[in-house]
Amino acid sequence: MSSKLKNAKRIEGLDSNVWVEFTKLAADPSVVNLGQGLPDISPPTYVKEELSKIALVDNLNQYTRGFGSDLGPCPCAADGKTTELNPRPCPFSLESSCLSSVTTAVLTVSGHPSLVKALSCLYEKFYQNQIDPNKEILVTVGAYGSLFNAIQGLIDEGDEVIIIVPFYDCYEPMMRMAGATPVFIPLRSKAVCGKKWSSSDWTLDPQELESKFNSKTKAIILNTPHNPLGKVYTKEELQLIAHLCIKYDTLCISDEVYEWLVYTGNKHLKIATFPGMWERTVTIGSAGKTFSVTGWKLGWSIGPHHLIKHLQTVQQNTIYTCATPLQEALAQALWIDIKRMDDPECYFNSLPKELEVKRDRIVHLLESVGLKPIVPDGGYFIIADVSSIDADLSDMMNNEPYDYKFVKWMTKNKKLAAIPVSAFCNSETKSQFEKFVRFCFIKKDSTLDAAEEIIKTWNRQRSQSGQNV
Amino acid sequence: MSPMGAARAGKAKPTLQTLQRQRSLHFQLTMARLLQARRLEGTEHNPWVEYVNLANEYKDAVNLGQGFPNFPPPDFALEAFQQAVSGDHMLNQYTSAFGHPPLTKVLASFFGKLLGQELDPLTNVLVTVGAYGALFTAFQALVDEGDEVIIIEPFFDCYEPMTHMAGGHPVFVSLRPSPSQDHQDLDSCSNWQLDATELASKFTPRTKALVLNTPNNPLGKVFCKAELELVASLCQQHDVLCISDEVYQWLIYDTHQHVSIASLPGMWERTLTIGSAGKTFSVTGWKVGWVLGPDNIMKHLRTVHQNSVYHCPTQAQVAVAQCFEREQLLFGQPSSYFVQLPQAMQRCRNHMIHSLQSVGFKPVASQGGYFLTVDISNFKSKMPDLPGAAHEPYDRCFVKWMIKNKGLVAIPVSFFYSGPHQKDFDHYIRFCFVKEEATLRAMDEKLQKWKAKLKL
Repeated sequence: MSSKLKNAKRIEGLDSNVWVEFTKLAADPSVVNLGQGLPDISPPTYVKEELSKIALVDNLNQYTRGFGSDLGPCPCAADGKTTELNPRPCPFSLESSCLSSVTTAVLTVSGHPSLVKALSCLYEKFYQNQIDPNKEILVTVGAYGSLFNAIQGLIDEGDEVIIIVPFYDCYEPMMRMAGATPVFIPLRSKAVCGKKWSSSDWTLDPQELESKFNSKTKAIILNTPHNPLGKVYTKEELQLIAHLCIKYDTLCISDEVYEWLVYTGNKHLKIATFPGMWERTVTIGSAGKTFSVTGWKLGWSIGPHHLIKHLQTVQQNTIYTCATPLQEALAQALWIDIKRMDDPECYFNSLPKELEVKRDRIVHLLESVGLKPIVPDGGYFIIADVSSIDADLSDMMNNEPYDYKFVKWMTKNKKLAAIPVSAFCNSETKSQFEKFVRFCFIKKDSTLDAAEEIIKTWNRQRSQSGQNV
Repeated sequence: MSPMGAARAGKAKPTLQTLQRQRSLHFQLTMARLLQARRLEGTEHNPWVEYVNLANEYKDAVNLGQGFPNFPPPDFALEAFQQAVSGDHMLNQYTSAFGHPPLTKVLASFFGKLLGQELDPLTNVLVTVGAYGALFTAFQALVDEGDEVIIIEPFFDCYEPMTHMAGGHPVFVSLRPSPSQDHQDLDSCSNWQLDATELASKFTPRTKALVLNTPNNPLGKVFCKAELELVASLCQQHDVLCISDEVYQWLIYDTHQHVSIASLPGMWERTLTIGSAGKTFSVTGWKVGWVLGPDNIMKHLRTVHQNSVYHCPTQAQVAVAQCFEREQLLFGQPSSYFVQLPQAMQRCRNHMIHSLQSVGFKPVASQGGYFLTVDISNFKSKMPDLPGAAHEPYDRCFVKWMIKNKGLVAIPVSFFYSGPHQKDFDHYIRFCFVKEEATLRAMDEKLQKWKAKLKL
């Protein structure tokens, strides 16, 4: 084999991937899969219906015209096809002030016109300022694509980027691929006495956090609500991060894919809305997590043009545009919920209600078998300390972290799949989290029933044998 | 002001422009360092925007610029997508990262036969976001800082910025038309050739890859076996990777044949073959593409893929799989889309050639693909001074003039040339003929008007 046909240096050491191994393990149909963050509940009917309707429209099967000033016709324009689909009052007045601000063409791609308009209308409610649909939004291949574009566009070789541990596993390899040096800081739990262990008990030490910032720091990646912990950062915590970003003149990449999944007593806050933060923050969202359609692979980045334009440059040199019919369907689905934001039927309100019940159920289940769950304030994952279980892991590979071994043992012996939390850690911090395992609870009742059965049997075996297994 | 605007004004918010100006100024004063990554250098400019915007501004103009069909996809494709989105609700969730299994399976078996290779769906096939995404993944996986990449001009414009973004150095070599044969009514792109000595001279110890595009965009040249053998022997001699962009492989006209360079002796192990569902099934908006290649190279593309997009949308892949399954059954038969589409597009091509000739354009008959390159030297000599920026290549001025004054949109071919060579090839423009009858008739009307004015 010739030596020249080898890989570029940028991907050296980035070939391994935790999901490949664990999805294979959970693929056995007899296993109850609470591992990968994949809903097995159906997306809302109207979302599926929009896509079905769009699939009947011929011209949505070609490239979208995702450029600049051409924002396309209104969804209910006097074009025969669209009015057939679903007559509704025109949400986008052609004289609306957001359009009047689009004077000249943008130099590159942004996204399908009706989708960037819908996103701009939705998020304007949260940012208290208008968001230019062509200059301040970019539609990407999932939030994953937004992360990639932000990192490739804004992070350079030699830059340092602060990553909070545990972290969604792609942050580290994406940083390394950009030649940056990740600087890690773990969330640490305070001692918990007499009350339920909550994700809010896990915090960053302010001095430790500040010590990670220096003149080489280009950005910090924030994930709120947090995967895997489910932490929803509070106003004070975000103020601290914002203060440091401003003090050290860094960017903030805020991964907010679970922004709608926040449970009672908690509120999702956008760091970009804090003073001094809009101009230095790229905020990332996900259709997959918003509407339970992970397979649509649509996400978006929102931020000031002087940042978004670089993500747009990356886009025009990577995939150019995202799939048209999916973008159109997403726009229509968003519009349905934008019009009823205060309605309990709005998916942004109904899904977290539905998931809170599932969350409470899984907390109870995990406790009943001796695991110590950390109750998440948001997101659709829950992690639990498994160290009280005396699983016989002697036949597992020695050099793997405890949680890797435990998950493999649990999948094989209890037919219940999860993900080891040390997969969300860098090598140095793995030992701090290797007693934790992550479960996904955006699962239909029958899946949770099956998990309950397994756990009840597990419990019986423990009390019968008198052993803590 | 609209009710929405009035409501916003009532809340006394500053205008967006004011806010943006204030914020931008404040930020520029505060963030001292360079915002963007250096890898974006040389990749920011997008020449397309100006023309897309012009085309939209002149709504009456017939848009023969950008390469996408304006006729519906075939019924079987529409049905396949409709089924995919109305079926099992789990198709709304992630599928396998490297490709939806039914799709990688059919791609492996379909192309395995064509390439004469036993293809494994897991290791020899990667599904990407369009062929564009396949190209990006290949460059990122294999082109390193300082590597040279040979690009044959004229080239699909993204190859150059993708090379730059990977830290590579593009090395250009031009297809050149043979000395003019004025006695011929119609030039053919088979006259556009690479000079063997010149091509060989472009290979250096730093050459990592050569990008081949057949059928070629914008010319429509279908590289013949002998030409591919020349490229193949140089790639083997210099141990160079071949990135073969074959998105138009089914759009072959007259008696030409598409040859995949990966099927030539010694080439499978050093070739990445890129394809596109968009161009194959007239569904450019689905953005499904793929790469085929040997595992030892493909594994690097998988690494890039899992660190960039990770998964491609599921339902479009389901639909493309179904389309290929149908074509596999009908392969070579008259009802195969791969037979019907090129037949129909050849008629469009011929129609366009005829119409353009009547106004004094000199089309270069394309052998394959979506486009017709047209020599506008006649116009350059008759109207040398068209409005445009200083040093702007003539074809760009001409296209802008044509959009505004004649209501026809084309793309200047200098787009597809490297900076220094644009001036040498500034007398060609590109038309897309993959359009419905009504569009070609509308084109005819514009050309008739134009012709009438010429006679005056």
